[in-house]
Amino acid sequence: MSEKILTKRFEIPGYRGALEEYEATGGYQAIAKALKEHTPASLTEIVRRSGLRGRGGAGFPTGVKWGFIPKDPELPKYLVCNADESEPGTFKDRELVMRDPHQLIEGVLLASFAIGCRAAYIYIRGEFIAGARILEQAIRDAAARGLVGKDILGSSFSLDLHVHRGAGAYICGEETALLESLEGKRGLPRLKPPFPATSGLYRKPTVVNNVETLSNLSHIVLRGAEWFSSIGSPKSTGTRIFSVSGHVRRPANYELPIDVSMRELIFEHAGGMRDGRRLKAVIPGGSSVPVLTEQHLDTRMDFESLATVGSMAGSGAVIVMDETTCMVRVGEIVSRFYHHESCGQCTQCREGTAWLHKTLRRIEEGRGRKADLDLLLDICDNMKGKTICPLSDAAAMPIESYLKYFRDEFEQHIVDRACPFGPMDGS
Amino acid sequence: MHLYQEEAGYLTEEAMRELAARLDLPPIQVTEVATFYDMFRLKPGGRCEIWVCHNLSCALLGAERVIQRLEEALGVSAGETTLDGLFTIKRVECLAACGLAPTIQVGPDYYGPVSHGDVETLVARLREQLAGGDQRAACLLKADG
Repeated sequence: MSEKILTKRFEIPGYRGALEEYEATGGYQAIAKALKEHTPASLTEIVRRSGLRGRGGAGFPTGVKWGFIPKDPELPKYLVCNADESEPGTFKDRELVMRDPHQLIEGVLLASFAIGCRAAYIYIRGEFIAGARILEQAIRDAAARGLVGKDILGSSFSLDLHVHRGAGAYICGEETALLESLEGKRGLPRLKPPFPATSGLYRKPTVVNNVETLSNLSHIVLRGAEWFSSIGSPKSTGTRIFSVSGHVRRPANYELPIDVSMRELIFEHAGGMRDGRRLKAVIPGGSSVPVLTEQHLDTRMDFESLATVGSMAGSGAVIVMDETTCMVRVGEIVSRFYHHESCGQCTQCREGTAWLHKTLRRIEEGRGRKADLDLLLDICDNMKGKTICPLSDAAAMPIESYLKYFRDEFEQHIVDRACPFGPMDGS
Repeated sequence: MHLYQEEAGYLTEEAMRELAARLDLPPIQVTEVATFYDMFRLKPGGRCEIWVCHNLSCALLGAERVIQRLEEALGVSAGETTLDGLFTIKRVECLAACGLAPTIQVGPDYYGPVSHGDVETLVARLREQLAGGDQRAACLLKADG
């Protein structure tokens, strides 16, 4: 069994993530060490050398991202933690927030020190009611001990840390939409450039990092860049928390080296397929990414390996489907979601997501037309790479992949004028 | 806006006007925000909102059957409120609790995996919470933390 990093404390009997428990297990030693031994530049360099890449979806190297922030100490800057976890299938950040909030807060402190900001925000999705309360309490506890606020641990580093609740909008997980929402507006993505590093929150330089990304930082500071980069593959380092759901025996979060194989993840850790059924399809990185099949089981789960087989590591959410699953129905559900969540700014996305959903529903209900399959591909083609943010691509890519691997199934729906599968009722 | 909603159970027009005045914004800017986000209610709903995820991971494990059973148990369709004003059933997108699929969330509490057979028990439990003055189930209305 490989070593766990982020979820190691979860295994301590009775561990609830309180400040005393966190401190008794090495908590807040990394920020103490950083304040004593590091400059912002040397801390950024360690994180860059560790190879840590963003765990939210895009996989951008964290240290490099920090490096884009202007060094001018007079210029206001912000760190924003993205805790808007909404990518269907993903449930790791909720667990990290609820079970070890101080690990995240320490990560926020370290990142804020590295970029030289004095105010940080944790943007948490509105539905995380319990999570927001836990974080707010944890911040109060930390502030009472001089770990958050003015002159942290007697140093000249100060940080105000606020929790901001969202109110239910998937698009706010996109970093520029998140910033708009944090400013109190509708979550409409901004055109990039300018990137948040130059013009972010309140048009000031801003870094947006995911919960899991930030939670890694204290471990990297205490144990070193070389230790971290020895886990995983050369380009994808460290562990990753894979959220496995769907038709497996043990759906749950599994923290494993980032280059674990899909087969090992599903069959050893998640217990294999329920009821001994056959695996049909796997979505390896949240519902936005292209689907894979049995032939890809030996693919590793790191960013590069999944890209090589035409999919993406995304948010680390692995949705597993067995032979009883209707892929047209899956397409209908996935497209319904993107249709609901499109912010409506760009025509290609606003109209395209609606058309995809409408067409897939028609096929699933036995009203599909022969021309519908080419129509779907045509819609997808018009949606990709043509919009302000990637939601449009995220809606189109999965549908294209379902057609690539399961075109027969779509055709059968149209020819039979009915869905050949039973209802998706969990049996 | 969360606070205003907790106060009245939904964002009343008066609340939105007041908010606009307080922040020195044109009322339309408050309205456009209120209508953008799913969690803001623009009309009264049940004291307790039952969120049932109908996204992929939950659907694969029978979310539609859970919704159907819940609709039967409460005598209203998803999106509607029971006549006694206690419950609103709401179909929601992924709640980030797919390890518990099919999942139901009520206030800060997660329930799952919910089998369609568990629905009556859950409703009875929520009724008890509401009758006993436990604010957890009604937490969209009133801050209890």
